[in-house]
Amino acid sequence: MNLVAFAALLSHWRRKPLQLLTLVMGITLATALWSGVQAINAEARASYARASSVLEQGSLRQIVAKEDDGIATAVYGRLRRAGLNISPVIEGNYRFGPVRIRMVGIEPLTMPRGSSGVTIANGAELSGFFSTTGLLLVSAATAERLRGNTEMAVKVHGNVPDGAAFVDISVADKLLEKHGKIDRLVIAPEQRVTVQALEQIAPGLTIREPADQPDVSRLTDSFHLNLTAFGFLSFVVGLFIVYSTTGLTFEQRRGTLRTLRSLGVSLRTLAVMIVVELSILALVSGVLGVILGYIIAWLLMPGVAATLRNLYGANVSGSLSIRPEWWLAGLAIALGGTGVSSAQSLWRVWTLPILAAAQPRAWARASARSLVYQAGAGGSLLILAALLAIAGSGLVAGFAVLACLLLGAALILPGLIAVTLITAQQFARSALMEWFWADTRIQLPGLSLALMALLLALSANIGVGTMVSSFRLTFIGWLDQRLAAELYVTAKDDDQSERLRTWLQRHATAVLPIWSVDGEVSGEQVQIFGVADDPTYREHWPLIASDKDVWGTVANGQGALVNEQMWRRGQAKIGQPLVMPGGWTATVVGVYSDYGNPIGQVIVGIDTLVDHYPNVPKLRYGVRVPPEQAQDLKLQLVAELGLPETAIVDQASLKRQSRAIFDQTFKVTGALNVLTLAVAGFAMFSSLLTLSGIRLPQLAPVWAIGVRRRDLALYEIARTLALWLVTFLAAIPVGLTLAWVLLSIVNVEAFGWRLPMMVFPIDWLWLGAIALLAAFLSVLVPVRRLATINPADLLRIFANER
Amino acid sequence: MILTLSGVRKSYTTAEGLIEILKGVDLQVASGESVALTGESGSGKSTLLHLAGCLDRADSGSIVMNGRDIRQLNENECAHYRRTQVGLVFQQFNLIPSLTVAANISFHAKLADRFDPAWEMELIGKLGLRDYISRYPEQLSGGQQQRVAIGRTLAARPPLILADEPTGNLDEQTGDRVLDLMVSLSRTARSALLLVTHSARLAGGLDRIVVLRGGKIVE
Repeated sequence: MNLVAFAALLSHWRRKPLQLLTLVMGITLATALWSGVQAINAEARASYARASSVLEQGSLRQIVAKEDDGIATAVYGRLRRAGLNISPVIEGNYRFGPVRIRMVGIEPLTMPRGSSGVTIANGAELSGFFSTTGLLLVSAATAERLRGNTEMAVKVHGNVPDGAAFVDISVADKLLEKHGKIDRLVIAPEQRVTVQALEQIAPGLTIREPADQPDVSRLTDSFHLNLTAFGFLSFVVGLFIVYSTTGLTFEQRRGTLRTLRSLGVSLRTLAVMIVVELSILALVSGVLGVILGYIIAWLLMPGVAATLRNLYGANVSGSLSIRPEWWLAGLAIALGGTGVSSAQSLWRVWTLPILAAAQPRAWARASARSLVYQAGAGGSLLILAALLAIAGSGLVAGFAVLACLLLGAALILPGLIAVTLITAQQFARSALMEWFWADTRIQLPGLSLALMALLLALSANIGVGTMVSSFRLTFIGWLDQRLAAELYVTAKDDDQSERLRTWLQRHATAVLPIWSVDGEVSGEQVQIFGVADDPTYREHWPLIASDKDVWGTVANGQGALVNEQMWRRGQAKIGQPLVMPGGWTATVVGVYSDYGNPIGQVIVGIDTLVDHYPNVPKLRYGVRVPPEQAQDLKLQLVAELGLPETAIVDQASLKRQSRAIFDQTFKVTGALNVLTLAVAGFAMFSSLLTLSGIRLPQLAPVWAIGVRRRDLALYEIARTLALWLVTFLAAIPVGLTLAWVLLSIVNVEAFGWRLPMMVFPIDWLWLGAIALLAAFLSVLVPVRRLATINPADLLRIFANER
Repeated sequence: MILTLSGVRKSYTTAEGLIEILKGVDLQVASGESVALTGESGSGKSTLLHLAGCLDRADSGSIVMNGRDIRQLNENECAHYRRTQVGLVFQQFNLIPSLTVAANISFHAKLADRFDPAWEMELIGKLGLRDYISRYPEQLSGGQQQRVAIGRTLAARPPLILADEPTGNLDEQTGDRVLDLMVSLSRTARSALLLVTHSARLAGGLDRIVVLRGGKIVE
């Protein structure tokens, strides 16, 4: 490679620093948003893997009861005596005051080394672990939440996931009231045991292979796919900037390239020089992008953790660690993205005739025919999207519909704008307006990529905004129905619960127990709740589908209600008998909405629940009183029964908390929406700025004929706003279709519930105003440059000599 | 006299310092008269044309067009002057690429409020552009584009036409034909013509020849 020639090629950037900045920004933004999202996903998946490995001893085979009713201690003893190297585990959810913890009871002396990820460091720690008061091994975050809520000793252990606690098995047995029943037996890796051998020793048990275990990462796949889709959308928008900048750079360097070739630089050398130049730029921008991506991920991670916790019950660390593979992937995506978006320019260099004209040709000129082809491809994608929506199934099909819809709409947009502009030109009444529309049309090829990016960003905003707002409105309405009790009270223990119940009988209009047990129904781990036979449920509980006399059938113990998630997954339907844990059955008589809950839920009568599960924790109650008496009753509960204030939550606070959780859940989506729109705004700005450099020959004749510079500048603003308006109007139906796909296909597949779609025109106006402001800002610099341009610069267009 | 330049001076600041291009130019052009402005490269011919077209400002002196000193005009008035009093023809054609031939020709006339469809059709016929009116500039040859530029200027019937080497980009035969057309049509339109050219042969076809040398009119 000739260094002098390379220096000549690079000198272009010295003359065009803004273009260099645009290119670097394009690659940086594309890399940042993509690698930021990937960092979040990688961190979350690492958390799932850690949780799976630590909590479930995910890599080991385990012995479990066939009927899911636990393993008796005697059976465990029999297996040990038979020589099996196994270790018992007891687990369940336990509430320390307001803090709910997943408690895992282990036997550290028999636990296979390294299988739990939790090791007891020394003898003193071991004796503390075995003490009768117990030692809780928890994460730092959980220790903080437990502060003041337990009298047990707490020790922070780095490997324990948030929301979990490891204790000695005897302590867990006592706290979880398992009465000697073991949940599972972890088999040591070196131990060989077959199902047949196990069958002979303990016929009621079976072996669970590692792959059979429920995996939270499978549940959250949809969420991560969603994030990836957003990251990819931003990446594509960023690449639009790179594509348009490299295209312009090529056009502006045509003369230099021709001269270099005529001076003896071979085509191969020239191509290598350009590839090296682009690679250097991609790597530098890639490093910047990865750093920016890390910052974005760091800022979004707490929101993501909250979303995953609220929607899926998955515990993800809110912090972020730097991983070498993430750096490498970020740089690779920067290089790959730059390569893809520069391929066309490189090909043009490769096929550039040595005697090619030095004058830049019309930049990226799109003929009417190419617009027709492009619109045709877009139309085909829209048809494919419709076919997939009708015939496809599954989450991947849902996202394929989204991809086809967005790409198809973006491809059609330039053709649609061209038709609009031609129509406007035909109706123009003055020569200047005719010129205005015709001139706008000629700018279209240079702006079409930026406009496509804007369409994608606006559609995504409208679509996701409609989904979130529909969800919010439905959720709030549902909360109003569902949270009917004025107060929600949690007792510390059974004694306090008994006193509370007796006291409330005298002071409240109604007392509604909120008791539940966990168990397996239709092959899925679900929560089973009991409800009292009370008008509150008959009047307020939101049902999607129901049989006759739902509440009567539930109260007499024959019927059960299931949540929407179970119903949509096909695990239960009206009239179907459900086999409940313990072998008894209840017939499904109704389906209720249960937004925000990741797992299945079954509701039976409270008496039925207690009959079948006498050990159900009886600590929580909903209390009905006239609303104006709620605060007084709360004070009385504190004063007369000595309940801490934190154990009593009033309806308004609960709704406020629920809404706060909801808003937090969609903060990440909102942030990605804003970032995508910002990248699209920058794409618009960079396109207008680069176009302004080649606008003078088009504007100078109009100025010379007698149109003022100020008027030309105003026309430039009007042109940008006209293009923005058409794009925005096109984005509304695309965004609404996107919302429909999200609500009717993606959400049902991902979360298991379906929401009614509502439209929010005021939100569109807001979005339109923000996009208008972005469009205005993007055109401000180029227009200011035009309005204040020195007439001498315009004269140069005409001057042959001076 | 339709145009009178008196003691017009103009200098530019360049990397080499201040360069005075015009050093007190005096020139008069009568209504309907065609004047060839010749001189060596860099003598200031184009600059003089730009000053007369109110595209640029003289440092001193006066440029009186139809009794009004255009040096006193502000930017708005200059724009109005160019729209209504002057027609400009350049070597690079400077057509509007987004408009068809017909729209380009009528553009200036419509801006100046002097659009006359009959005159436009006559011009299109005389310029030999009848078969190209729906085409865009990029679909025309250099000679055809220059004929469109001349048509655009003449369609507006300006009192003064300023032409800066309009045939510089054309071959000799085409250049002659285009210039003949421009001179004859400007006479038909009763417009004065001030034409910059290097060619003595082309200059000889006009009413008068003036030579610019050393920043002054010398003959």
